[in-house]
This record gives sequence, structure tokens and C-alpha cells, in this order.
Amino acid sequence: MKRLLFAATLFLAFPWAMDALGHGFYVSFASRLMIYAIAATSLNLVLGYGGMVSFGHAAFVGTGAYVASILLVEELTSAWLGWPLAIAAAALAAWVIGALSLRTRGVYFIMITLAFAQMAYYLVNSMKAYGGDEGLTLPRRAQLGLGLDTANETVFYYVVLALLALVLYLLHRLSRARFGRVIGAIRDNETRAEAVGIPVFRYKLACFVIAGAAAGLAGALLASHGRYVNPGVLHWTQSGTLMVMVILGGVGRLWGGVIGAFVLLGLEHLIADYPVAWIAALLPNYQQHSALGVGIVLLAIVLFAPQGIAGLLARNRNAAP
Amino acid sequence: MLLLSAVAKRFGGVLATDGVSLEVAAGEVHALIGPNGAGKTTLVNLISGGLAVDQGDILFEGRKVTHLSQHARVLSGLARSYQITSIFRSFSVLENLALAVQARSGTSFSFWRPVERERFLFEEASSIAAEVGLEEKEESLAATLAHGEQRALEVGLALATAPRLVLLDEPMAGMGPEESQRMVRLIERIRARVSVLLVEHDMDAVFRLADRISVLVNGRILATGKPEEIRANAEVRRAYLGDEVAA
Repeated sequence: MKRLLFAATLFLAFPWAMDALGHGFYVSFASRLMIYAIAATSLNLVLGYGGMVSFGHAAFVGTGAYVASILLVEELTSAWLGWPLAIAAAALAAWVIGALSLRTRGVYFIMITLAFAQMAYYLVNSMKAYGGDEGLTLPRRAQLGLGLDTANETVFYYVVLALLALVLYLLHRLSRARFGRVIGAIRDNETRAEAVGIPVFRYKLACFVIAGAAAGLAGALLASHGRYVNPGVLHWTQSGTLMVMVILGGVGRLWGGVIGAFVLLGLEHLIADYPVAWIAALLPNYQQHSALGVGIVLLAIVLFAPQGIAGLLARNRNAAP
Repeated sequence: MLLLSAVAKRFGGVLATDGVSLEVAAGEVHALIGPNGAGKTTLVNLISGGLAVDQGDILFEGRKVTHLSQHARVLSGLARSYQITSIFRSFSVLENLALAVQARSGTSFSFWRPVERERFLFEEASSIAAEVGLEEKEESLAATLAHGEQRALEVGLALATAPRLVLLDEPMAGMGPEESQRMVRLIERIRARVSVLLVEHDMDAVFRLADRISVLVNGRILATGKPEEIRANAEVRRAYLGDEVAA
């Protein structure tokens, strides 16, 4: 509880503090991190809570991003229309892809989700009317009305923060409700779950669709945030990045996606923008290879904290009450 | 209660179940014995719905369940335990059993209300824990239980689904004599309310518990009868029992 209050205070005061320090850029940067946190959290529902190693989560982020973007290009600028539609479209995509791919297990499931996501990637690439491989520049961000100007970085930050908080709270409730127990049981032992009378496929599909819907929201926010979208948002490396975030932050942990997104993107930014003299002396041009640094951190986490950073924090708390 | 007619299952070139017809009467403990590789577990998988039947029909309480999914069979009252322990290892004993109770008490498409508020799930789970002798271990993580306790939980999970027929696949596998005795007493207690198809290698237990015994050899039923008939059957002794009970 103390930690939650601390985190809430930090997040709420952040734009104010950055303005005061003259680092306004970081408000927009933090919005981006939070959007990725929503995407990673949605993947964590499938991967961590449900035990389904989906390697195609970018397809749902991309579906949300493209639906929201196309609406904006077509001058339908209301977020109240665009974001729910992006969520619904991503949920539908997840339903179709899930219904087909959840009939497989293990490596086959990983491969088939990857294949579907790549199909979506090439499909979007070929949509010449909406930018094709060059992507789409959006005239503006989606509009919320209610006196909230989403073009203002601080307003947009608080909108994203509210949605992230909502997603986390829903995940928290869901994980403790009947549904959460069932998907936890399926992750633990699918055969046994079926043998105590649980229609396993139905619950896995529902889990997959809910996660797809949340990913669609992240996609819509991502498009609005940068006022730009391109097929890269559906590329398999994006699915990989989300997976790395979840593993880094904590598989099956409420805050895993948030911590993973912040650490991964924060680390990339740090390495690329803040040269460290002694590392540069050892490894010239190391800043162009930020992925290497991230890889080393990831390796360390997997080796020394298999429960991710969230797991590490929880362990420390248990050790020192 | 359960009626199999000419059920067959083929794995590639191997006919694992070769036209098995079998009846388990209501209120009966029916033992299924046979040498290793006879196809006992395959038969249990076919009856429970874990494997699809190639030919033949399975009737449960007069209703054809041949092509029913496993979870649907469980919900209609046909549950099983596994020879190789299959439990929710990351759940506590109570959570394991409560999940099985939850599975038969309405939909789990419930996303808001914490499970802990549903007292009756845990009350029923608790009474099943007591029934299988795990009342002291309710809060223990299933993965940390001793082998015998995990076997008890295995059977508890089947009972928690409130079955009318339970398929017990070698419930005493790997148990010491004392634990086996406890399992025998458990089956004696539950037989009043649930029919049992018991696959078991422990012949003392089989002859003590079974009302009738069927002998499965090479995927075929060699004989079905009362324990004394099976004991006296020359063919069965040659094929399976050997000197063990002849002595």
C-alpha cells in the first residue's frame, strides 16, 4: 500500500516536476512509456497469467493503432468513437487469431501466433490507400472534448495515466476473481483443469481476447501520441520487445508490464542519450548498440531474478517486513 | 451406470483397445486389472474423454457420451484421477479443491468479485480435504506435499467435482503399505455415494474392495466376474495373476 501511494504520488506529480525543472520533453516521453506499459501489461495477461506464449501480440497493438489512425485521417476525430472502435477491432482480431491458434500448444502456438502477426504486418504494408510501407501521418490526436485538449502534453499524460491505472485495476480485480483462478489453473496444469470440468479452450480464448482488446487501446494511444503510425508497429520485433518487457518486469505479476516497459525503454534512452566516458573509452560507438546493453541486463535478470524485477521487489519486501 | 460397447482405439499399428465391452453398475466398485501395457490407462482416457474413441460407444447413465468433451463429461458426473499425479502445483491444497468446486458451481466468467468472498467454495473444499486426510495441510502448496499426500489430493480433486462415477487410475501407485491402507479406507468410505472404476496393481486392495473385477489383456477384456470367480479363472491366472494369488 505504501509503495502504491508512493508510485501514485510520483506519477501524479511528474509533469509538474518536469515543468519546474525545465525538462518538458520528459512528459511526452513518460506518456510513451505508459502506453508501452499498457501494451506489455496486456501481453502479461496472456503470457504470465494465462501461460500462453503468444509471439504475435504486436498484431493487436497494430490493429488498434491502424483503426484509430484511419478514423483520424477520415476526419472522425472523437476519441470516444476511435478508441472503443480500436479496442473492438483488436478484440475481434484476437478472437479470430485465438480461435485458430489456441488449438495448438507449445512451440506450435508460438509459431502460429507469429505467423498471423506477420500476415497482419504484410497486409498493412500493402494498404496503399493508408500509406502502405511509408505509414500514416495523422492530422491531430484524437479529441476527448470535455475541455481536455489532448494536444497538450500534460493533458495527454494524465489521460494515459488514468487509462493505465484503469487497466492495472481491472487486471488486479480479474486476477482475484473466478476468471483469474481458472486461467491460473490452466497455466499450471491444463490437463487437470479440463479434468475438473473446466472448458479450457473457452477460457483461454476469453483471456486472449481481453488481452487483445487492451493491446488495441495501447495501439490507439500510441498512434495519437506520435501522430504517426507505420507498419513497424506490427512487426514481429515489436512482439519480441513486448515479450522482453514482460520477462524483465515480471511474468504473471501485476506490475510486471509497467516495470518492464519503463526499465527497457528507459535503459535504451539512457544508453543512447547519455554518453558515459569510461564505457566510451572501452567501447567506442557503444551508444549505437544500445540493444547490447539491454541484452546484458535481460540476461542478468533471467539468470538472477527469474521472477523479473517485480518478483525481486516482492522478495525483498517479504524478507524485510 | 457406465456401459462400454465394443470400444476400440488404435495408435498407429497398435490396437490399444480392441473392442472392449464393459459395464459398471451403480453403487459398485469395479476393478480393472491386467499386466502392464494391457491398455488400462488408455481405457480410462477413453472413458474420461481425454482420448477420442475410434469405434464403439460409451453410455453414462443411459446417455451417449462417446463424443462429449472431457469437461462436459466431468460436469455430468464422470470424474477421474491420474496414475501420474496431476494437480495444480502452484496452488495450495485448499485452492486446488476449491477450483474443482468452482468448476461445477456456475460459470467462471466472473471478472470482478474476489473468489475469497465465495465462502462455500472453500467450505466444501475443506470438507473434501478432511475426507482425503489433508485437513492439516490445507494451506500447504501442492508442490511441497509428500508423495502420499499428493496422491490423496489427486483423488480429492476427482471427488471435489461431485462425481457419481469416479475412475481411479492406480490411486496407490508408489505408496507405502500404511498409505495404501488409508486409500483403501477412503475408497470404502466413498463407495456409499459414488461408483468406482478402480485400476490397480495392488491385488490385496483390489480383492478387498472390488464387487466385480474385469481383466484386461492386450486391449481385450479376458474375463469379468466376482473376485472369487476371477481368482479361480485358469485363463486369468495364466495371463496375469500367476502364482501371486494362487499361493
